[in-house]
Amino acid sequence: MKTRTNRLAAALAAAFALSGPALAQAPIKIGFVAELSGPAGALGQDQYDAFMMVVERNGGKLGGVPVQILREDSQLKPDVATQIVQKLIERENVPIITGITFSNIMMAVHGPITSKGVFLIGSNAGPAPIAGARCSPFQFITSWQNDNQAEVVGAYANEKGYKKMVGMAPNYQAGKDFVAGFKRMYKGEIIDEIYTPLNQPDFSAELAQVAAKNPDAVYVFYPGGLGVNFVRQYQQAGLLGKIPLLSSSTSDGSTLPAQKEAALGVISGTFWGPDFDNPSNRRFVSEFESKFNRIPSQYAAQSYDAAQLLDSAIAKVNGNIADKAAFRAALKAADFQSVRGSFKFGNNHFPIQDQHIFEVAKDAKGRVSLKTVGTPLKAHQDAYASQCKM
Amino acid sequence: MTTGLFLTQLLNGLQLGVLLFLLASGLTLVFGIMNVVNLAHGSLYMMGAYFAAAAYNHFGNSFVAAALVAIPGTLLLGLLLERLVLSTLYRRDHLDQVLATFGMILFFNEVVRFIWGPASVYMNVPTWLRGTVDLFGLPYPSYRFAIIAVGLAVGAGLYLVIHRTRVGMLIRAGAANPEMVSALGVNIKGLNTLVFGLGAALAGLAGLMAGPIVSVQSGMGEPILILTLVVIVTGGIGSIRGAFYGALIVGIVDTIGRAFLPSLLREFLERSIAQAAGPAIASMLIYVLMAAVLALRPQGLFPVRHG
Repeated sequence: MKTRTNRLAAALAAAFALSGPALAQAPIKIGFVAELSGPAGALGQDQYDAFMMVVERNGGKLGGVPVQILREDSQLKPDVATQIVQKLIERENVPIITGITFSNIMMAVHGPITSKGVFLIGSNAGPAPIAGARCSPFQFITSWQNDNQAEVVGAYANEKGYKKMVGMAPNYQAGKDFVAGFKRMYKGEIIDEIYTPLNQPDFSAELAQVAAKNPDAVYVFYPGGLGVNFVRQYQQAGLLGKIPLLSSSTSDGSTLPAQKEAALGVISGTFWGPDFDNPSNRRFVSEFESKFNRIPSQYAAQSYDAAQLLDSAIAKVNGNIADKAAFRAALKAADFQSVRGSFKFGNNHFPIQDQHIFEVAKDAKGRVSLKTVGTPLKAHQDAYASQCKM
Repeated sequence: MTTGLFLTQLLNGLQLGVLLFLLASGLTLVFGIMNVVNLAHGSLYMMGAYFAAAAYNHFGNSFVAAALVAIPGTLLLGLLLERLVLSTLYRRDHLDQVLATFGMILFFNEVVRFIWGPASVYMNVPTWLRGTVDLFGLPYPSYRFAIIAVGLAVGAGLYLVIHRTRVGMLIRAGAANPEMVSALGVNIKGLNTLVFGLGAALAGLAGLMAGPIVSVQSGMGEPILILTLVVIVTGGIGSIRGAFYGALIVGIVDTIGRAFLPSLLREFLERSIAQAAGPAIASMLIYVLMAAVLALRPQGLFPVRHG
């Protein structure tokens, strides 16, 4: 008897499923995977907060369809992240996964996600392989390709006419990638490259070397807590006013609250800043600040755009994301008002976008923030797009 | 390489050394007298830095307030930790102590994340120490001079306490032969608590001094804990003198290695190889030093003097 009612229920459910629009009201499950603990937890938290801000503003919906966000912490462990996405895909049947903070996590989960035909809306990490040869039609990256943030600083150094510079970064893959990205654009001479161990908190020895070499400027990539250490020590050593400090991911929304005045004058290159004057950004920044009482970081901006992108694409296909070709076309169209101004996807589904230069300065409210000072790279595409065949 | 640069690097090494000494002196006493492996010592350093940063921000960027909160704060925390956790472990073997105090590391890392969030907390050097001093044409931060001064003052103070007072005599005796000390009727329990509290306060002081330089964040205690362990092994476990000279040696070897080895290698290796090998070898130097000491003088360079 019991099995018969179950069968009846299944048949009814199937009948409803065929009727289409009724099913469209069932919530779409979206996996959100990011660094939510550990020293890098601040980045993932910003990604999550900004994403949820869009969802909550729309009454729990994206594109007019209720969504259920499954929040997962990848713990900066590629094996953990792989298990999480397998669970999300196989047990929860999520059609979309977003977030992904670190490049090594992205490299681990990119294959497992996209090979299953699940859409990957990356809102931070953009390692070179997935922008090039290993790209997938199911990936859409709303942030940048890693090298971009270094390239724009290299272009800026040319504009400023710096002849000899020193490059510094932690001694691991991303550190070397950033210095390489910088050198791709920079035409002057790199008189020294200094790589410090990833867990080294004090840079006094290296800073003394830099001071002795007296270059025209210094380029650094020190993300997170390392950036807090580095910028403070650079300033304390009296170098900040003397040798311009050009940086990527070193003084950003996640580290400025701890750097504060010590970072005034640091130059940083990226795709977006909180002072951008467009309606979408003004709304984003004011809502974020009133809700969380802090200046949004670029990680928040990237994830806010990921939510906006999903919102626009789900609306475009009327919630029928099972039609993967149509949903992909809707995502590719990127028909939303990005906080960065103009936004479009290139052939590798990475953005083609302006890259700007910022200076750490006090904003109108007297808080230490990023001020736009120039746009050395306009409608810039990454160097790997030509290797992507999809 | 100029003399100015070399002297600057020597000062940098000295500064790292005295900071390590603040941590190593406490750790070595706890290990030497109480025979406890306390891996949570780095967490006390972290808590010191957090207490300091919290007070610094709460009392309108006052470094004095930060010091007044951080040092007694970590002292109390240390006493609490000793009474609640470590005192139950004295009779257990080292593996249990390592497990329990490793658990404390995880616990404290989560506590600070829960209270202060995952991002690093702001703290700055006091206004009157913000400048730099000109040293043979190279700028040197005044604050780092202050760290050196504080570290040396603490070293001198500890020397006086340990060699000129009754408590110090008991501490020395405890380090040389703890069983005999307790057999002679000394309240070893009270002595243990005192030593642990003192060590915690010194770790808190190190956290306070490091707060404006390094990023105050969860997990900041672990890298420095490893250096501290290298210091006490090199210097000789249980010996304050060993902690002092060991810290200076480790600080200077590490700094000088990092500063000059990469450029030295470049003299006779290809640029790209030197760039890859230089930092790697430089960061290994102190461990090589420790291994050499262990092989040639297993008791450390400046062991506790018996008899």
